[in-house]
Amino acid sequence: MAADMKQKVTIEPVTRIEGHAKITIDLDGAGKVADARFHVTEFRGFEKFCIGRSFWEMPGITARVCGICPVSHLLASSKAGDAILGVRTPAPAVTLRRLMNYAQMVQSHALSFFLLSGPDLLLGMDADPAERNMAGLIKLHPEVARAGIRLRAFGQALIRALGDRSVHPSWSVPGGVRSTLKEEDKGHFLAQLPEMYSTLDTALDLMKDALDRYASELDAYGNFPSLFVGLVNSDGGLEHYDGHLRIVDSRGRIVEDGLSAEGFLDLVHEGEETWSYLKFPYYAPLGPEKGMYRVGPLARLNVCDFAGTPRADRELRQFRHFGGRGKTVNNSFYYHYARLVEILHSLERIEEILADDILVDHHIRSRAGVNQNVGIGVSEAPRGTLFHHYQVDDNGILEKVNLMIATGQNNLAMNKTIKQLAGRFISGDKLDEGLLNRVEHGIRAFDPCLSCSTHEAGRMPLHLQLRDVSGALLDDIKRG
Amino acid sequence: MSVITLTINGELVSARSGQNLLEAIRDQGIKLPTLCYLDGLSTRGGCRLCLVDISGYPRLQTACTTTATEGMVVVTHNEKINRYRKMILELTFAERNHTCAVCVSNEHCELQTMAAELGMDHVRYDYLNPQLGIDISHEKYGVDHNRCILCLRCVRVCDEVEGAHTLDVRHRGINSRVITDLNRLWGESESCTECGKCVEVCPTGALFDKGMSVGEMKKKTNFLRRILDGREKNQWNR
Repeated sequence: MAADMKQKVTIEPVTRIEGHAKITIDLDGAGKVADARFHVTEFRGFEKFCIGRSFWEMPGITARVCGICPVSHLLASSKAGDAILGVRTPAPAVTLRRLMNYAQMVQSHALSFFLLSGPDLLLGMDADPAERNMAGLIKLHPEVARAGIRLRAFGQALIRALGDRSVHPSWSVPGGVRSTLKEEDKGHFLAQLPEMYSTLDTALDLMKDALDRYASELDAYGNFPSLFVGLVNSDGGLEHYDGHLRIVDSRGRIVEDGLSAEGFLDLVHEGEETWSYLKFPYYAPLGPEKGMYRVGPLARLNVCDFAGTPRADRELRQFRHFGGRGKTVNNSFYYHYARLVEILHSLERIEEILADDILVDHHIRSRAGVNQNVGIGVSEAPRGTLFHHYQVDDNGILEKVNLMIATGQNNLAMNKTIKQLAGRFISGDKLDEGLLNRVEHGIRAFDPCLSCSTHEAGRMPLHLQLRDVSGALLDDIKRG
Repeated sequence: MSVITLTINGELVSARSGQNLLEAIRDQGIKLPTLCYLDGLSTRGGCRLCLVDISGYPRLQTACTTTATEGMVVVTHNEKINRYRKMILELTFAERNHTCAVCVSNEHCELQTMAAELGMDHVRYDYLNPQLGIDISHEKYGVDHNRCILCLRCVRVCDEVEGAHTLDVRHRGINSRVITDLNRLWGESESCTECGKCVEVCPTGALFDKGMSVGEMKKKTNFLRRILDGREKNQWNR
């Protein structure tokens, strides 16, 4: 290769993630990585086409954003609706919503760990790509695949028991929920819990084996300081449905605490780039570089003081060792581990809620008209903190919709992760599939959901370049 | 009451003199699809789904607006009629924005059920995707023009049964819109009695109770017969 020859390596499509994307890696004349980018190449536009509709419809519409985490949108949207109604949501309804959110945490995390990242973690980053996929995992480790699928099915079945369907339920509504859990269903799910705990024991062992196996290269999987954002409850414990927002830095120091959703959104600026449909939010007071933050399982475990359930707390203590004394765990590879801790926590919470008598209470829906013109709903989706921000007229017709999605908030960190991985594993004279797969895995660690995260129409800056075969620029069009 | 005799699908059958053909056909247990027809309201022939072939007529006729007569020879289903019905239904879907997945009437919608019954598995025409709004200014009810098929059951029940005549139609043909009063917001209507009959007779999710979520709107039209029987047979004065 000529010394002045620049080269572009493209990984397209990125597989085993939710949505459509590609990665480009620019190599300089010496064959070293100059830049690496994660391009999100799909576009949805919910923020635009929901305008003019009624906020009462939004849980049902926005649940359609995603087939993996419809519950997150359902809950954030219902909570934004609660705020517009301005009345108190009945306590049993809140408990039922929490139950569905934990069920979704179980099913989504199980999908990510066992089926999307499992092939890399169990079969190896360098395994034959023909085998390194879900079918290969089922063939080579049928018992692990089966346990993972059953764990996911447990979560899905619980969502279905509450909302009539596991994908796109329209069960949670502004003011509460539509139906409660049947008495006979409680026992059915409680009986399955021992098997699910045992699956988790296996998964945690596999995870720790993987950490040993990849010990020599682990540092390249997105190990860098950043801020972490997540919900915590009033005691500072792990929270997925309500509570307040907390921001900590990579040394474990609290930067902001006790933030409401409004307060947090005031502190975040959403940056944009010409080469991706995904926005680039950052904590504005520190700027785009230092204000980069991560959300999701890793962030939630980093911001909380404790988990609040015995098994998860025991595992959380082990997890914290990987960060060092008093510090946060900064390596994105540990997202996988954090996911397992969260499944464990969710199972324990599900057990608690199912044993709770409050579920038989029939007052589960408050009714009111429009009492506030702005409503913000926040909840923790499997991939991180999710915001639905609506502005309505006095009749409840939407005038403005802003969805701030977890994957978007991880965008800067995902780009940094693949750059770090590419820098470590890729060079011009050595390009093999296993090395490229490591870069791809850096994205999988975040378990991004691109279908969820690309919504705003009209303001997206675009940069089009028209070149002839020799590469000479013929035309250059910019928008935004 | 005199009885007449006519032939339906090759069978000699009897009907009441002056009975409309749709009822005469249905009395024989034959399923004839309709969307605009509703027992108790005046007939309109708007949805065109009850088209039948009557010997001696150059074109297909709507059964609901035709009176059954002595010696009539009628065919209710054949390849051509079935094809026309499917085509009409596809055009109805193409005309506005029927997004079942997020509709309040999903799984309880006459239009959706009809599509399934007639085996409509896709729409061959270009969707018009009109930009239509919703009006939820009324305290109890809402209207979404995207889902309206202009069957005008609401307009008829409001006028003929409730006697309020709050609802009517503006513009013509494909531009027709159901309006309240003289095109005011529903919430500002002075004539609306808030009885909700229009909502109950609407075959789709175009009219709905406010605050309903996906698939939650279940309508019942049997109140209509009860009210009319009571009125016509003076049951309330006994």
